[in-house]
Amino acid sequence: MTAGRKIGRPILEIDGVSLAFGGVVALQGVSFDVREHEIRAIIGPNGAGKSSMLNVINGVYHPQQGTVAFKGRRRRNVDPHEAAQQGIARTFQNIALFRGMTVLDNIMTGRNLKMKSNFLQQAVYWGAAKREELEHRAKVEAVIDFLEIQHIRKTPVGRLPYGLQKRVELARALAAEPELLLLDEPMAGMNLEEKQDMSRFVLDVNDQMGTSIVLIEHDMSVVMDLSDRVVVLDYGRKIADGTPDEVRNNRGVIDAYLGVAH
Amino acid sequence: MLYREAGQFKTTYAADQQLFPIRQDRIGMAILLAVVFVGVPVAAATPALAGMIDFNYWFSGVLIPFLIFSLAALGLNILTGYAGQLSLGSAAFMAVGAFAAYNFELRVPGMPMLASFILAGVVAALIGIVFGLPSLRIKGFYLAVATLAAQFFVVWALTKFGWLSNYSSSGVITAQKLVVFGYAVDTPVKRYLLVLAIVSVMALAAKNMVRSSIGRAWMAVRDMDVAAEVVGIPMVKTKLLAFAISSFYCGVAGALYAFAYLGTVEPAGFELELSFRILFMIIIGGVGSILGSFLGAGFIVLLPIFMDLSAASIERSFGLALPAGLVSNLTLILFGALIVFFLVVEPLGLARLWQIAKEKLRLWPFPH
Repeated sequence: MTAGRKIGRPILEIDGVSLAFGGVVALQGVSFDVREHEIRAIIGPNGAGKSSMLNVINGVYHPQQGTVAFKGRRRRNVDPHEAAQQGIARTFQNIALFRGMTVLDNIMTGRNLKMKSNFLQQAVYWGAAKREELEHRAKVEAVIDFLEIQHIRKTPVGRLPYGLQKRVELARALAAEPELLLLDEPMAGMNLEEKQDMSRFVLDVNDQMGTSIVLIEHDMSVVMDLSDRVVVLDYGRKIADGTPDEVRNNRGVIDAYLGVAH
Repeated sequence: MLYREAGQFKTTYAADQQLFPIRQDRIGMAILLAVVFVGVPVAAATPALAGMIDFNYWFSGVLIPFLIFSLAALGLNILTGYAGQLSLGSAAFMAVGAFAAYNFELRVPGMPMLASFILAGVVAALIGIVFGLPSLRIKGFYLAVATLAAQFFVVWALTKFGWLSNYSSSGVITAQKLVVFGYAVDTPVKRYLLVLAIVSVMALAAKNMVRSSIGRAWMAVRDMDVAAEVVGIPMVKTKLLAFAISSFYCGVAGALYAFAYLGTVEPAGFELELSFRILFMIIIGGVGSILGSFLGAGFIVLLPIFMDLSAASIERSFGLALPAGLVSNLTLILFGALIVFFLVVEPLGLARLWQIAKEKLRLWPFPH
């Protein structure tokens, strides 16, 4: 890990969150925290509740019990829109880009929250609205440079290969300048080079922008190399929490992944 | 060979984000505007040409309806093409615009004509918001059914409540004389210029909106609404604004339809069939394209005229008398076939074909 990075106080505290869909229990009394500038991984077998956890954090799902505190503000129910306003951005497991729009427009939507001009000003496209558009374009171009996707900025995202789409989705999340970034399997389905690139970007984001990151990933070597601390979920319960080394040697984790002899 | 952007470097984001980033497009647009604003009226005023072409027919029968339908199609395209909310109520919002403008002129003494057009649009926008409320819970086909309610309710209300049509029989209204800034707009060419000016300004405003943050919010909601919410796009505001602005455009189009085109309208003239015509315009012209609204409207207004002319020439050259109604039925068949064709082959319509042609042209004549 990089030397100059300081892990601070908890920015996100999850306390006893339980979530059920009818009779199906997705999460049961899960508690953990994410500290400032930290990369926190969530791992677990399929169906363990990892994506549900992210959906609770940014308000897509509302837990029946427990609270989520972001930057000290404790809440149970929040809208995705409010979560975005508070500084939480995310990417999705199955790419959720706006397929009919260009890469540039997709990333610009990440900055919509910060745009203040109303539709009448925009209809005239003069003065404040135009100035704002150009300012945000400059910010978006910085993200485009950072993720090295200059050559595709005018391409409709539907025409891009999978690996680049994943990168554009990260760009859209970064354009919002989030304090907490939720990455849902950013390296799923990628080859080794693409995984290396993506890992580098995740580390650079964390290092240069100081963003706290919650990462779901199935590739254990990636998880072990990137993350500062790891939460392990199994059947909606937390079964381990600690540094990669602690988690790797935890009996319960090994059982969850490899099964138990009967 | 002429359509090249080679050597046109952009050094600022302003230059890259301008309306027409390619110089040839800017020149083309300037020529087009010069022709429609100056060239056509001057040609109409030239006695030599006026003898050959019936300009009054072309203005009143072709160009004015073309522009008005373009405006209505533009309104529907904002809602359906950009924001992805299917609507079958366009004609209803046109009716609201037409009757609102009539009532503002009738009941408010000294009301400026343009002000009542704008207010007519605002009234249509408010009604659009009301009928847009179901879009917060339902989408797609079910929403289209909900907008049908607007269609039937508005036509029913305009017939039922006599006050709205000043108690005329079966709700027929005769639009007041068009006077803009104390200047009587009484000839076809003047009406054409008025409609052209309004449509141009509103088309520019629409283009500006769709390339700004509100337009991106609409397209985001259209393409993937869950992701749009997660990046922080407010769903309620974005959808209702789409309904409001779309209905505003349809409302102004309706006011122009009554005041600058037909002169006399009745609620029955704004039936579901008109809504479908406007929907066909954007399907053929291009869903999610400003240009497509114009191409689609042009196509649907011009096709019956073209069919009539070709039928007449067939009759003349072969000496036959075609059965009455054959041509209009053939036109309908052709419409149906074309809509199926476009939905299957090119769902993005004529505008997409134009775009492909432009991309080809950039490489022509050496495509490698």
